[in-house]
Parts: sequence; structure tokens; C-alpha cells
Amino acid sequence: MGEIASIVSCGLYVPLWRLERARIAEAMGWLGSAAAHGPSGSRAVCGWDEDALTMAVEAGRRCMAGAQSRPLDALSLASTTLPFADRSNATLVAEALDLPESARTSDHAGSLRAATTALAEAARRGAEASTLVIASDARLARPGSAAEMEYGDGAVALLIAGGQPPDGCRPMATVSAVAHVSADFIDHYRMSGEPFDYALEERWVRDEGVAKLVPGAISRALDLAGLTPADVDHFAMTGMPGAARRIAQSAGLVRARVGEGLREDCGELGAAQPFLLLLSMLSAAAPGERLLLAGFAQGVDALVLLAGEGAAVRARDELARALARSRLEPHYTRYLAHRGLLVPDYGRRAERDQRTAQSVAWRKHRELAAFIGGRCGACGAVQFPKSRVCVNPECRRADTQCEHRLAETSGRLRSFTEDWQAYTPHPPCVYGNVGLEAGGNLLMELTDVAPGELEVGAEVRFVFRIKDCDRQRAYRRYFWKATRG
Amino acid sequence: MSDGIRDKVAILGMGCSKFGERWSCGADDLMLEAFGEALADAGVERDAIEAAWLGIFFDEQSTGKSSLPLAMTLRLPGIPVTRVENLCATGTEALRGAAYAIAAGVCDIALAMGVEKLKDAGYAGLPERTKGTFEDLYLPSSTAPGAFAQLASAYAARHGYTIEQLRRAMAHISRKSHDNGARNPKAHLRNRITEEQVLGAPMISYPLGVLDCCGVSDGAACAILASPRMARTLGRKDFVSLKALQLAASNGVEMGHQSWDGSSTLTTRIAAARAFREAGLERPRDQIDLMEVHDCFSITELVLMEDLGFSDEGRAPHDVLEGRYDRDGAIPCQSDGGLKCFGHPIGATGLRMAYEIYLQLLGRAGERQLGSPVMGLTHNLGGIPNRNVASVAVLGLAT
Repeated sequence: MGEIASIVSCGLYVPLWRLERARIAEAMGWLGSAAAHGPSGSRAVCGWDEDALTMAVEAGRRCMAGAQSRPLDALSLASTTLPFADRSNATLVAEALDLPESARTSDHAGSLRAATTALAEAARRGAEASTLVIASDARLARPGSAAEMEYGDGAVALLIAGGQPPDGCRPMATVSAVAHVSADFIDHYRMSGEPFDYALEERWVRDEGVAKLVPGAISRALDLAGLTPADVDHFAMTGMPGAARRIAQSAGLVRARVGEGLREDCGELGAAQPFLLLLSMLSAAAPGERLLLAGFAQGVDALVLLAGEGAAVRARDELARALARSRLEPHYTRYLAHRGLLVPDYGRRAERDQRTAQSVAWRKHRELAAFIGGRCGACGAVQFPKSRVCVNPECRRADTQCEHRLAETSGRLRSFTEDWQAYTPHPPCVYGNVGLEAGGNLLMELTDVAPGELEVGAEVRFVFRIKDCDRQRAYRRYFWKATRG
Repeated sequence: MSDGIRDKVAILGMGCSKFGERWSCGADDLMLEAFGEALADAGVERDAIEAAWLGIFFDEQSTGKSSLPLAMTLRLPGIPVTRVENLCATGTEALRGAAYAIAAGVCDIALAMGVEKLKDAGYAGLPERTKGTFEDLYLPSSTAPGAFAQLASAYAARHGYTIEQLRRAMAHISRKSHDNGARNPKAHLRNRITEEQVLGAPMISYPLGVLDCCGVSDGAACAILASPRMARTLGRKDFVSLKALQLAASNGVEMGHQSWDGSSTLTTRIAAARAFREAGLERPRDQIDLMEVHDCFSITELVLMEDLGFSDEGRAPHDVLEGRYDRDGAIPCQSDGGLKCFGHPIGATGLRMAYEIYLQLLGRAGERQLGSPVMGLTHNLGGIPNRNVASVAVLGLAT
């Protein structure tokens, strides 16, 4: 079987914050359970204003930036922690990425296989469509659980193009074959609306689930690709550490180098973990080498891929870049608070009604979701929000503005403050006047900055984040914030 | 070209309540306290008032909307009463409404009342409020100190000061105002403070510590205005008249255009230039004897010295530290203690400032009296440096 689709770009997003496992052990070790063991390394945790949706936007931006403005037909968003159960999360991500209105958007949820299944579907659409597949997860874990130690938050985006990559484009990898096994084997589950996973005994999962279900999927995928197990150069599989090695052995992948995740720096990314493993494999793959990726959850998705030229460098860069920026979260209790697992007294200001006027939000959705301002056709002044009459005091002409997207531009801080009185889940609330690279000024909230590290003139870029949470109506609204460049 | 408001409006009487945490008083009590004093001062009957303006900002926190709280509290006899709101310039806006009615010649006696009952919020600081249905969706979750604190970082960057240098001048401002407030029985905060206390106070919004911030208080102030002709008919010889009353509203330049760098308040500059012209002041530095400016935060007062033209660009910290704006300086600023010591019951503030200038011009400021001033200025900045309404009024002895 020939190649059915190409992966032409990738983007990895890992939140800035890292929680050292030693901090968890310190706080929860008294339980004598999982929290007492293995406290090496750190796991990535979302900031208070991040979730699976915002991380997906960041991974998507990164991926699209590396894709030379390719027209896009579809966006698939895979996650088990999408913030909205009924409201297309993918559609909001598509708006934030300023994808064309005609793009087909779909949420893939309900299983840790969501991403591999979405990738397989995108690959099968082959030549007819190019699809951005983004996997993102920010799973909650019960304090003191093994999951709390092992889980990490993050997102990976892959851009899938048709069978024949466009001219001048060297695909990072091509998908040769996909195979599926569906089996209602419950290694863990989470009921709708429940915060935490319920995990079953690891030894049973390993022996009765993984060992019995994965090899079948692997051999079918290899058959479809016309390969033998000995042809596989790299293998990676989601699940417990060590399981992949066991499977490689039992499935006869004798030459395969077994790819690993990023336990020390990041943790297990849930639905995004298979994509992270794919990047990990690609980072070590020479052009022409064969990759086998298996995702396990209520069955198996197995994908056979062929590494492209330059894939290793691209994947290594992406991994290094995403991991380069990190900051330790010194407060275990703040991590709990940001995940909603501890409710501190945020003061009376936190009581403010955060009702969203949805008619306004829709009227201004281009501004709010895609961070689109106006550019005056007469004088060139860029302004946010886009307005009917130009803000330039020398111009003030009416109805001259066209859309100008600010998300991918930068700015410089013209003034700022660290406000200990304004409500934010992560005091102080930092905000300031940002002089836009394109001209214009905008008073913006800053995120992922610590007191004392800002100065006037500092370069900032823009990120899509949670703006406010309306607890009364169980609603989250989003907008763009500035962060250090 | 109109010749403006100069000498077209006389102040017949003024009143000001005690400012503070008036737990036992509602807005009605505060208004009656100020009104009683003003009415006695004016020497007219309540029913001589032909029209009235009420300034209140947080209507949702105290009285509810409309002019009715004033009309009903004073049991005004069915005269036209107008409620105005223009951010922190609300009090001056009420004064402007009444003054314009007098100047237009449509009535002979009018009342301007400003009131705010802040201390029913249930917590310290200003009550939380919405910024507007669209603005809430993108503007930061900010506070007043946070919005004004940014002046410091932008001013320091523009003029090459360190934040520490600026903070020393800011501490001088707060210390000076407390010295003045200590002499004023109507001020909320009457304690003296040291500059070291200001610098060591808990941080509210960097670089503003708690003693860089004005208090949060309840209060009311009012003015009974008349035409100069009516003032003379009533036997007044030496009275205070309005020399200028100007307002400038942001049109969005500060919020959205790169020409503003965040280190000044544009509208103050516009309103001041127009007010000095209206008052016929060619050398305001020499002609203004005292001023009450919008010192919601110490840094605001500092940059205002330049925005109003009393200090050269970049020189305000030096002038402040040299005592130019102290009560024995060239142009005393906040001789009554300012917002710093009175707090900022928003609707009342502009009229409270006018009250101090009025007393000083008439030589009735008691322990605070500053010689024999003839011309004083009040200034409000409503909103935040990014978008605001500035008012500048000049009051002088009638000539």
C-alpha cells in the first residue's frame, strides 16, 4: 500500500508552569499512596487561564506558522477535557486561528484514542482535504493519586495534507497505513461531568488488555502497509512505561527503537500523548525510516508512518522550543486552586457578575476570538477594536477600516502595573498599555509573568486565554493576553 | 467667538458635609448636611432655587438613578432637577449644569449638589462595576489604583527617572496632603504621616502603596449659584465668581493611538488650556494662587503638575520635592487635604474642591487660610489615564 497522506507541519505547546513531583510528594506523601513514590522530575500544569481549548490554539498557531499559509479544509480537535460539552470547541479554536469559515470543524472526544482516530480519519480523507488535527488535554487528578504524579498538560497539532504533498513542501512524515481494534476494555474511565479518572489495576491492564489487544492491531497495520515487524525502525505506544518495550518484543519489532514521552519535563499528555510520542519518534528518525505508533484505549489505533526529510530536525526543534520556556510552580496549593480543586478566599471582588452579553460577543466575535483590529485605509492607523471612525487624531475618517489581525504580531510594553487588588486567580493582576508593532495602543492583561520581571519597553506577544469564568452560569469566556516575547 | 462663562455666575453659598466613613448616614443625610450649610451661607429660602443638578456616580450602590434622590430628599417644589454623571468629574459636571443655566439667563438661582455613599459596598476600595457589555469582554480586570499606577512606569521611562526617585516625590505629595488634611475638621483622614511610612506601606498596585492612594469615603458638597445681578440684589459685594469651567473628554486617542505614551493625561492639557483662555489668564503660573487637583493617587498629582502647566515637562518631581506645591510653596496644592484625606465620594469631589477654593478666596478657611488668594483652580480627572473626562474650573473674586 502506498502513502495515503502527509504530515506537513507540527506544533507542540506545553504550558509554562511545571509542578515538581517532589512538591506533590511533600504535600500529599502523608497519604502513603502513589504520592510518596517516584517524585523525580516535574509535570506541566496549565496556568489558571489555560485549558484544553487555549492550549489547542497555541499548538495550532505554532503548526500553522510552520506551514506557509496553506489553505485549510478542516480542523479536528481531540481531547477528553474539552471545556464545552455542547458548543463546538473546535469551532472556537478555528475562529481563534482565523481559519476560513468554510473549514469543517469537529470535536473528537470520549477516549484517549481520540487523537489517533482523528489523525487516521484525516489521513484517510487523503488528497481531498488538508486537515489540522490538534490533540490537547488538561486532565484533573485527585490530590495524592498516581494520576496527579503522571499526568501533564499540553497540546500537539499536526497538519495533514493529501497523498501528494504540494510542490516544494517536504513532508515530515507520510502515513502509510492505519488499523483499528475496538474493544470495551476498561483500563480507566471517567463518567461525563465527573472530574477524575477511575483507574483499574495496572497488572490486569497490562496482561489482559495491552498484551492481548495491541499485537493484533500492529500486525494488521503492518499488513496493510506491506511491511513485516522487522521493517519497523521506531515504535511508540501510549500507556504505562515499560509496556511499549514489552509489546515491541512480543510483536517481533526486533529492530525498533522504542520512543518515549517526556515524563521528566512534562508528564503524560492524555489524548495528546500519541502525537507527542510521534514527535519523539520523528526527532530520532532518519528519512525513509518506518515508524509505528499505537494508541491504546478501549481498543487500539495503530498507524504506520514513513519519516520524511528534515523531520528529525523539525521535531527536535519543536520539542526543544516548547520545553525551553518553563517556570516552577512553587505552591502546590496554588496549582490546586488553579485547577479548581481548592477554593481559596479570593475576596469580594471575585464576586463580580461575569455575565457575557452573547449578542455582543457574537457581534464582536472576530475581534474577540481572532484578535482582529482595524486598519484605516486612509491613514494606515491600526486600532483595536476596529471602529467606525479612525482613532488617529490627524485622520478621524469614517468607515475606512479593514480587518487587521493582531494575533501574530508583537508589541512593546509602554506602561504596566502589578495590581494586588484586582481579582485574578493568580495575583497580582498584571496589565499595561501595549504599543502594537503595527501601530496603535491597547490596554491588555498580561499572563505568565511574575512580579518584578517587567519593564517598560519589554517585547510582548499575544496568546489566547481564558478571560473570565462566569460561575453563576457555568461559562468561560476567552480573549487574547500579552505575554513576554 | 463666545466669551465663555467668565464672571457670569456668582457663588451665593456653599456647603460640604464631613467626609468619612459615615456608617450612620445615607446619601440623603449627607446631602442635607451640605445643603443646610449652603442655604444658610447663601441666605436665601429653599424655594428661591429655580433649578437643580445632582451629581452621583454609583447610583446602583446607593440612591438609584435619576434626579429624584435630590428632589425628594430636599422636598424641592417641583422644579426641574437633572441628574448628571461623568465619572470622577461628576461633581464639577453638576456645577457646570447649574452654572450654564445661570449664564444662559434662564434662571437666577440654581443648585449644584454632588453626593456619593461609597461605604455601603461591603468591602474596602471602590465597588466593582461593569465597564460596558463589550468592554468587559476584552479590557483587563483592573482597578483604579492599577490604572493610575501605570502613569508611574510610563512617566519614569519617558523622563529617565527610576521608580525609586519617583516614589520619593510621590511620598512627599502624600505627606504634604496629610499635613493639610490634619488641619481640616471636615477631612476624613486627619493624621499626619511621614514619607518613610508612605514608602514602607503595603503595595496596592505597583508602584502605589496604600498611602499613595486616596481614601474611600462618603460625602456631599453643594453650591448655590446666582447671576451676579442677583448676588448684588441680595446685597453681596465680595463674592466668588466662576472665571472658567471647562471639560475635555477623551475621544479614544489614549486608548488606541500610539501618539499617547501613557505618561500624562491628555484631556487635562486640553481642558486647562481652554480654561486659562476662558479665564483670561495669560500667565497661570503667576496668576493661580492655589489649586485643588485630582490626587486620586500620588502619581496622578505629580503628572498633573505638568499637565496643568505648573511644572515644566519632566520637572514635576523636582518641583514637588522643593516644596513648590506645599502650603507655603508658590502654588499650594490640596490645602484642604485633597482626595488623599477627603477620600473620593465621586459625585461630591468636584464640589468639595470648589468649596475649599471658595473658603480660601473669602478668607474663611480658618486654620488653613493661605493669606489672601484671589484666584484658585480645581481639576478633576474622571476615568483612567487611558480614557477619561477632565474638568478644570477657575474661581476668582468678582471684580
